[in-house]
Amino acid sequence: MGLKLEGYAGSGTFAHGIHPPGHKNLSKDAPIRVMPTPDMVVLSLHQNIGGPCAPLVKPRQTVQWGETIGKGSSFVSATLHASVPGIVQRPVRMTLANGRHMDTLPIKSEGEIPSGRGLWDEIFGGDWPTTDLDGYEPARISHDINDGGLVGLGGAAFPTHVKITPSDKKPIHTLIVNGCECEPYLTSDYRLMVEAPAPIVAGALLAGRSVGATRIVIGIEDNKAPAIAALKKAALGTGIQVAVVKTKYPQGSEKHLIQAVIKRQVPLGGLPSDVGVAMSNVGTMAAVARAVIYKKPLTHRVISVTGGGIVNPSNVLAPIGVSFGALVEFCGGLTPDAVRLVAGGPMMGFAFSNLNTPVTKGTGGLTVMTRDEVKAGEETACVRCGKCVDVCPMNLVPTKIALASRHQDIALSRRYNIMACFECGSCAYTCPAHIPLVQLIRAGKARLAAADRG
Amino acid sequence: MQENNVKTIDETEPTAPVIHVSPSPHLVQTESSTRRMMVDVMIALAPVVAMSLFVFRGYALFQLAVCLGGCLLAELLFVSMRGRASTLKDGSAIVTGVILAMSLPGTAPWYVGAIAAFVAIGIGKIIFGGVGMNLFNPAMVGRAFVMISFAGALAASGFEDVRSSVDAISQATPMNAYKMNGVVAPLNDLFWGTTNGSLGETSALACLLGGLYLIIRRTASWEIPAGLLVAVLVLGGVADLAGPADGWTVLHQILGGSVLFGAFFIATDPVTSPLTPKGKLIFGLGTGMLIMLLRLFSGYPEGVMFAVLLMNALTPLINRWTIPTPFGGK
Repeated sequence: MGLKLEGYAGSGTFAHGIHPPGHKNLSKDAPIRVMPTPDMVVLSLHQNIGGPCAPLVKPRQTVQWGETIGKGSSFVSATLHASVPGIVQRPVRMTLANGRHMDTLPIKSEGEIPSGRGLWDEIFGGDWPTTDLDGYEPARISHDINDGGLVGLGGAAFPTHVKITPSDKKPIHTLIVNGCECEPYLTSDYRLMVEAPAPIVAGALLAGRSVGATRIVIGIEDNKAPAIAALKKAALGTGIQVAVVKTKYPQGSEKHLIQAVIKRQVPLGGLPSDVGVAMSNVGTMAAVARAVIYKKPLTHRVISVTGGGIVNPSNVLAPIGVSFGALVEFCGGLTPDAVRLVAGGPMMGFAFSNLNTPVTKGTGGLTVMTRDEVKAGEETACVRCGKCVDVCPMNLVPTKIALASRHQDIALSRRYNIMACFECGSCAYTCPAHIPLVQLIRAGKARLAAADRG
Repeated sequence: MQENNVKTIDETEPTAPVIHVSPSPHLVQTESSTRRMMVDVMIALAPVVAMSLFVFRGYALFQLAVCLGGCLLAELLFVSMRGRASTLKDGSAIVTGVILAMSLPGTAPWYVGAIAAFVAIGIGKIIFGGVGMNLFNPAMVGRAFVMISFAGALAASGFEDVRSSVDAISQATPMNAYKMNGVVAPLNDLFWGTTNGSLGETSALACLLGGLYLIIRRTASWEIPAGLLVAVLVLGGVADLAGPADGWTVLHQILGGSVLFGAFFIATDPVTSPLTPKGKLIFGLGTGMLIMLLRLFSGYPEGVMFAVLLMNALTPLINRWTIPTPFGGK
């Protein structure tokens, strides 16, 4: 199957990669449920790549829903808003799911916001214009996105206004909207595409206008037919095209989706803008539309709560800062054989143990896995079969890098391009000797970075 | 643990779920393991072993018993000497034993097989640090050792015993018959395997069947046998065209001797061959070229063993030459 899209050179796929079991059936047919406002949300002051926020509110202060409570100090940072109305509590330091210790602002909820269908309509309902967008100036669009506190909702949480700012130095010709969701289990983007395609299309048009892209394309894997149909319908007459790409992990990786669609390789250490592309996730596009058209900040997001260890796997519209424990409770609790909590999907997500951990803007899912699901084989010696080489989407030699890392040989790991690894996990997934390749490579990268700092 | 506030569905469960953490990825395939790869090799060797038992009868059974017993005993002994836990269950000693037996003549005395087995495991593998660490193909190390130490037993005459009741044993090996007397074996015999030779090498059909299984299962990479056979085909073809029209064609080069056994079962040993597809192709081509050079210009009628060992020595260099360019790299 090739990518049948006029004017796009990509073949709809990339070299290497893996086909892990999808496990998406657990939650793919579960419509997004709106979570009732929790008693408490905990908002980390640092939810994005880049600089943290400085708090703008004091303890015991009353805040409204969507009120700005933190402001970034640098360009690459994101504004923070109260995701529920209530009373600000004393800041506490918490460990986020990714293991970083962060100062957080807890808010005890008090006051009314729409609930159920009302909240859904408030966020995704209403009118999403696709014509007459000329009134939205590009500079104004990125300004509104910044005010809305938007970050990439696909997981990396890179501040969106930085990506969507028009630049003379690196002109953007194509905006690719990422609807691949290649991580197993997760279905939050899928449900959003099926249930709310209109804001995604409106947001894509605005973001495309902001960066000056002449082409906008939405990339979706070919196992998501209903999402493809919904977006094609919503995009009719707007000039936005839907690129149906091959279902393969890690198709949703920025660099690999660009390769699949326009057949350009983002240079090592470079950004999509180096090949004239801006890329953003479908959820982010819906948030862009809301921030620009209705001037409403990012306060809620769709989260998949799934896995064999959850009683009722669901897709939930929940406020940022809700605890994972509250999400679990909303979805029926844990099954007795649940053993691992993963923020995100199983391939690149972070395991954590404290259910009080708050959800951040980048959290697309909570995957609760059972003993059987995480069962791994016993680690044996590498027999150099080269299967890790055959699957590495970055075309590296994972076993050599891992070996270099094990022996703390920084020069060897550099010669094998350790820094090109983005830790997708394809090698460790495949390894017949069950060697923790990603863990070893991660340690090697940290060691190399430390050595470079001197 | 913090899930006091979370209800589990089964209230009779004595404790809350035990949550543990681990680095990503949290999903791991469990179908393949190194043990499973060894099992694959054994399945692939089945037709070869069956054919050797059919052609060589008791000789094959005897050699298999000696080499398997020797390898397992050596593994047990040397691993315990290193103070390590037993590694017998990984299956690699069994594979080495079978391949070693299949690479020896059925007529070789018991001590040849036993010494080859001990050298293969001890010097070929354990001394480097065990499975995955060895530089040279263990079975070939063992075989090379006895070939040089017991020249008589593994020289051409060692294969023959005119008094034997087994047909194949009473003839000269096809490779030697051609090298010495210019006698050309019928291709049909080489294909089915009813000729004399090392136990596993005689039947081209059995090697192809087993080899195909290894490649379909992706336990062996296709690049090594492909490169090896292309090199033998090209150099054998040139020799065929340039040499005298004595009936020994390029097909005899492929089907005769241990080219096919070597291409699918010996050169494909992952531990001692390169990691990248490009490196594997270079390795295969190099092995094939060396085989033909040895066959055409050396005193030996066959060259697979030395060709593989020489290329094993080059493997670290090939790995270094073939570091792939990363995605997006220059």
